[in-house]
Order: sequence, then C-alpha cells, then structure tokens
Amino acid sequence: MIHFVLHDPKDSVAVVVVEGVKAGQDLTGWIMDEDRTIALKAQQDIPIGHKLALKDIKKGDTVIKYGHDIGKAVADIKAGAHAHVHNIKTKRW
Amino acid sequence: MISGKTTFQGYRRENGRVGVRNHVLILPVDDLSNAAAEAVANNIKGAMAIPHPYGRLQFGADLDLHFRTLIGAGSNPNVAAVVVICIEESWAKRVVDGIARTGKPVTGFGIELHGDHDTVMRASKVAKEYVQWASELKRIECPLSDLWVSCKCGESDTTSGCGSNPTVGNAFDKLEPLGATLVFGETTEITGGEQIVAARCATPEVRDKWMFMFDRYQEVINRHKVDDLSDSQPTKGNIAGGLTTIEEKALGNIQKIGKKCKVIGVIDKAETPTRPGLWFMDSSSAAAEMVTLCAASGYVVHLFPTGQGNVIGNPILPVIKLTANPRTARTMSEHIDLDVSGLLQREKNLDQTGDELLAVMLRTCNGRLTAAEALGHREFVLTRLYESA
Repeated sequence: MIHFVLHDPKDSVAVVVVEGVKAGQDLTGWIMDEDRTIALKAQQDIPIGHKLALKDIKKGDTVIKYGHDIGKAVADIKAGAHAHVHNIKTKRW
Repeated sequence: MISGKTTFQGYRRENGRVGVRNHVLILPVDDLSNAAAEAVANNIKGAMAIPHPYGRLQFGADLDLHFRTLIGAGSNPNVAAVVVICIEESWAKRVVDGIARTGKPVTGFGIELHGDHDTVMRASKVAKEYVQWASELKRIECPLSDLWVSCKCGESDTTSGCGSNPTVGNAFDKLEPLGATLVFGETTEITGGEQIVAARCATPEVRDKWMFMFDRYQEVINRHKVDDLSDSQPTKGNIAGGLTTIEEKALGNIQKIGKKCKVIGVIDKAETPTRPGLWFMDSSSAAAEMVTLCAASGYVVHLFPTGQGNVIGNPILPVIKLTANPRTARTMSEHIDLDVSGLLQREKNLDQTGDELLAVMLRTCNGRLTAAEALGHREFVLTRLYESA
C-alpha cells in the first residue's frame, strides 16, 4: 500500500493518496521520479490529497514540491505533520 | 499504443477539417435571441441551441472576441450546419459570413420587423432541412494528423499533478509526433511555472509572445485584486483537495504538456492555430470559458483531468474526464470517463495510463458519447474582457 507520493527526492512535502490516514500511523511513500519507497510516521490525521511534511520545516523556509519552490512556511511544521494553508503561503501576490 | 497508421472515424467537412460530432447548431448572436433559438431547437429534433447571456453593447476588443468566438463555434468541424439568430439582421449576417468561409451550410435570421413567431417558423424550416441533410453524412477513416485535441484541467487537487495531468502529458507526447494539433492554456494557472513553459518554447519569438501574454494577465490581476488572490487561486475546491499555493497548482497544471512537446506558437483567445503541434492559448482558467474558447479555435476533442470532480461539458466539444483521485472516481463515477487512480498505488505507469486515455479518446472520436455528453452538460460560456457600453 502506497500512502503518500512525492515527485522529486528533494521535495520537503508529499501528497497523501489514500483515505483515512491517522495520527501515529506508519506510512509508506513512493518517490515517483526514482521509483523507490520511503517510510514516515504520520503526526496528525491527514485527508486524502493533502500534504505532509517529509522533514522538520522551519517558519520562513521555502517549501519544495516537484523539485520547485511552491511557497514559504508561515509556521514551523514537524516531519509527518499536515502541511497546508494554515502553515504554507505563496510568496507572490 | 498509437502510430502513424492509427485512424479514427470522422466527418470531413467542406474545408478539409475533420470533426468527430455532427451537430446542427442554432446559434443566437445575443441574449435577446436565446428564446427563439431554443424554440427552434425544441421544434426540430436533432438541432441544438447554444444560449448565452451576451452580445449587446459590447465594443472594441471585447466585441471582436464575441464575434470571433461565435464564428469559431459555428465553424468548428464538429458542426455540420448552422442557423444564426440575432435581434438585428446585419449582425446575424456578420456571423453567417464568417461561418460561410468554411463552406458549410449556414443561414441567418433577424428578429426585428418579424417578431419571435415568424423568426422561429422561418428558422425552423431551414433547421429541419439541415438536420435531415446532416443525418446522411458519413464518417470516414482519418489519420491522427487530422485530429485537433485540447486540454484543460479543473477542480484540481494534488492528485491532478501526480496522476491525471501527467497522463494527459503522456498522451500529448505521443500525439505530437503524429502531427496532431494540440493546445493548452490557463494563463494565470501557470504562475510559478512560467519559466518552465518559457524553456519549452520552440523559438525566442514564441518565448517572447508567451511572456507577453503571461505578463498581460498578471497586470490584469494586479489592477483588480483586492487581496492576495488566495480565495480564487487556488479555489476553495482546490484547497479542500489539498492544494495550498498557486505555484503548487501551476506546477501540477503544466504536467499536461508532457515531457517532450515544444510550444510552437501562442494564440490569443479563440484564434485558430495555423499548423500542427502544441500551441498555447491565452485564456482564463475557468473551465467552461476555456473549453468554449478551445471549441471556437477549432479543437474537436478535449482531455479534462480533474481531482475533486469538475462536471463540465461543452455543446460542441466532447469533454473526456479522467481522475487519479480514488474518492472522486468512487463518489462521482457517472462523470468520469477514465479512472487512473491505479497510478498513485504504483499499479500502473504513465505509459499505460497515457495509452488508456488515448484509447478512450479514439472511442470518443469514433462516436462514443462522453459522460458529460450523456449527462447533458453543455456549458457554452463566452469570455468577456471588460464592461459593456
């Protein structure tokens, strides 16, 4: 079972692709570009399609997905925690 | 897998272009003519009215776009013949003359000095002749180089960028070398990925025109925005689906253009491409507006990846929906033509889902109705540039 996927090994966040991920659950992730898997423990319940942090991200850090800048953290995010609009914002507009 | 020998069954029109549908359109030029157009379509079985809310007191570039979109819709090869209805006869003639350049049957009617009853009667007589004539047209075998394919995603979520959009990209990478004419657009939704698109432009001239279109839209946004646009881009649906920023949405969005295709040209809204290959069309990211512009540009089949489940269709273009979100595939199955959620469980690869999408596309081109067609989704939405006079 693949619980989350990421595109690029440099990504700092990944996408949950199954329903019902619970806090404390051991998850398997798939790095699509390299076709290998990694393991991570969920820190929170995370809905399908939403992201989790792959490592500890500090407030102000650039968030990386697809190997590219997708915005900045506006709060600290722990590895395995839910990463979304409450802790990430665009740098534009 | 498709090859240079792959064919589909299409309708070759008077101007050589090939359609995959055989509609007789009842086309109102303005809001006032919707009632008459719908009455004609009600009288004549097999005719289809495409009502819309605009066409009065527009001017300048906005009026030009209005006419270009209506003439383009009528000229689309999925349309066999057209009855045009307008409050004023002279503007009906302007649209008729534009469509007539394709060589297809087209007749216009003005309502003034006649009223709805007489207009509906006269237009119905012509529509009946067109429907019976069109019903005898035959599909013939056509190569993929005759096919024009558009793409645009909607209600995207994170599964779009991981699964359904790259599936379209894989299909585009396979169609492009066979001489298909392709397009993508959604100018604002490339914000954050603009340099990636720039790097894919075939020449410096194309790159300059792309950056011009991109910068032009950014200026529109900066002129009208009251906040950081975070209520609109990403949309509430995008955010519910897990997309956080416009950059993340854009990087997912541009997966649709595959890994190999070069952007060979940039067109303005509802303009017609002049040669095969991948084009960028400056366009809104609103689904029905963008797909309507694709229809007006002459595209005959549309690939529409969705995450949370956009239900859009178009009266002229068959819209094929695919999703990589297993929840959407389960809860909104009647809208989904292809479920590619197996990609995100590592059960399939992109090459396989790309082939599956091309197989669904060919069946659609050969006449199979899409989910949106069967459900009656006929969103015909005109793009406006600014206020009416």
